[in-house]
Order: sequence, then C-alpha cells, then structure tokens
Amino acid sequence: MGKNTGGEAETVDEFLDSTLDSVDSAENLVLDVAQKAGFPEEDLHKIGMAVRESMVNAVVHGNQYSAHKKVHVSVSKAPDRLTVTIADQGKGFDLEKVPDPLADQNILRFSGRGMFLIRAFMDELQVRRLSPLGTEVTLVKYLERK
Amino acid sequence: MSVKLSSRQVGDVAVLDVSGRITLGEGSSALRDTLRDMVSKGQKKILLNLGEVSYIDSSGIGELVSGFTTVANHGGQMKLLGLTKRVKDLLQITKLYTVFDVHDDEAGAIRSFA
Repeated sequence: MGKNTGGEAETVDEFLDSTLDSVDSAENLVLDVAQKAGFPEEDLHKIGMAVRESMVNAVVHGNQYSAHKKVHVSVSKAPDRLTVTIADQGKGFDLEKVPDPLADQNILRFSGRGMFLIRAFMDELQVRRLSPLGTEVTLVKYLERK
Repeated sequence: MSVKLSSRQVGDVAVLDVSGRITLGEGSSALRDTLRDMVSKGQKKILLNLGEVSYIDSSGIGELVSGFTTVANHGGQMKLLGLTKRVKDLLQITKLYTVFDVHDDEAGAIRSFA
C-alpha cells in the first residue's frame, strides 16, 4: 500500500488481486479515507456502493478473475472532495454501448445496473481506456460545506 | 455478515426471511438457489421479507428481478415485504419499485395473495 501526503491532499493506493475479496478490501480502503474526510453516513453508503460496483466491473468484467491481473485502487482526499480511481487490466468496454437499465425493454434485465448506480451515487464519473490494456474509472464525491 | 435465509409457511404462502447483505457472490447465489428450489417444489406464492437486509448491490437487485420473473414464469407470484429505506430508494431509482408488489405489513401481504 502506498501513502502520499502533500499539503492538504492525501493519496492512498493499493494493487489488489482479481477476486471478490478485493471488492471488500477496496470498499474498506476507500471508506476509511472518506470517513476521516468527514463525509456523512448517507454519503459513505453511496461512496461504498459506487466503489463496490466499480470493483465488480474491474474484477469480473475487466480482469475476468485472472490471477495474473491486478486492480489498482487509488483514493485521494482533498479539502473539498474525494477522488477514487479504479483501474483494471482487461480488454475494456464502451460506456456508450451499455444498455440503459431504465428503458422499458431493459427494466426486467438481470444485469446492467452497475454503471447507472455509480453515476447516481457519485458527483462525477469518468471512464478512460488505458494502453495497451485496461479501463480506468474515476469517481468523485464532493464534501458539502456545513 | 453475508446473507441469511430462512423460510416458513403461512397458510399457502411461503415467507422467505432474508437478512444481511445481498451482494455478488455468496449472498446473491444463496438467494437465487433458494428461490429456484421453492419454485421447483411447486411454491406459487412467495413473500420475500427484506426487513433485515442491510445492503443490496446491483447483483442483488438482479436476483430480485430474476426471482420475480422465474416465479411468474411458473404461474406464481413473488411479493416483497418490509423494505428498508435504502433498498426502497434503490428500487425507486432503478424504476423497479412499481414492478414489484411491495408491502409494509406481513398480514396485509399474506392477504393480498388470495
């Protein structure tokens, strides 16, 4: 695990195996930082859920449980926001081609709600293809000033 | 805590009490296997009590949908009981809240199957 503290920003990162246990590890890693950053309980739930969904995408769809591939999780805390990046080493996917889970014909589909929930729970979502292989998802949640 | 499932019979309705977390892996597969087992035994009226479910992810939502359609495809009905606020919110933002028949009290839910 790496830890970097520079000024008011702090970054923690970890390379995790492509297993479902890593989904829990990533959630715990991020929530630990988010809690210290002062996010309220409801936001912690949303952040945790978005991280779980992103990790499931990385482990299951990206790396396809490969023992040779890792998921790189990085979480940065700034005074006004939490930024989480989750990068896999898989073949990648086209976000535009993910079917809309709210469309009438998709409502009763078994799967396909993960990205939608991530978008619903975080303030920003960016997906970018890595070279030569991999997908990096960046999630941002802003801390509301009281 | 992973998921815990326990079934009981109330008249001709099978009530499946679910507690813990319904997430990808053990939690979602246990729910899927139990619902399929109930359907294969000819159970047509299934009430899923989610009152003690603390957490559900997109995979868990998928299992609820899958269970709902599996039961319906076998000529039965699956209804939901006692949603926590978080589960209710999730079903609302995924537009599934109106797909399921959702109840707050068990007696009313049991009567609704008649």
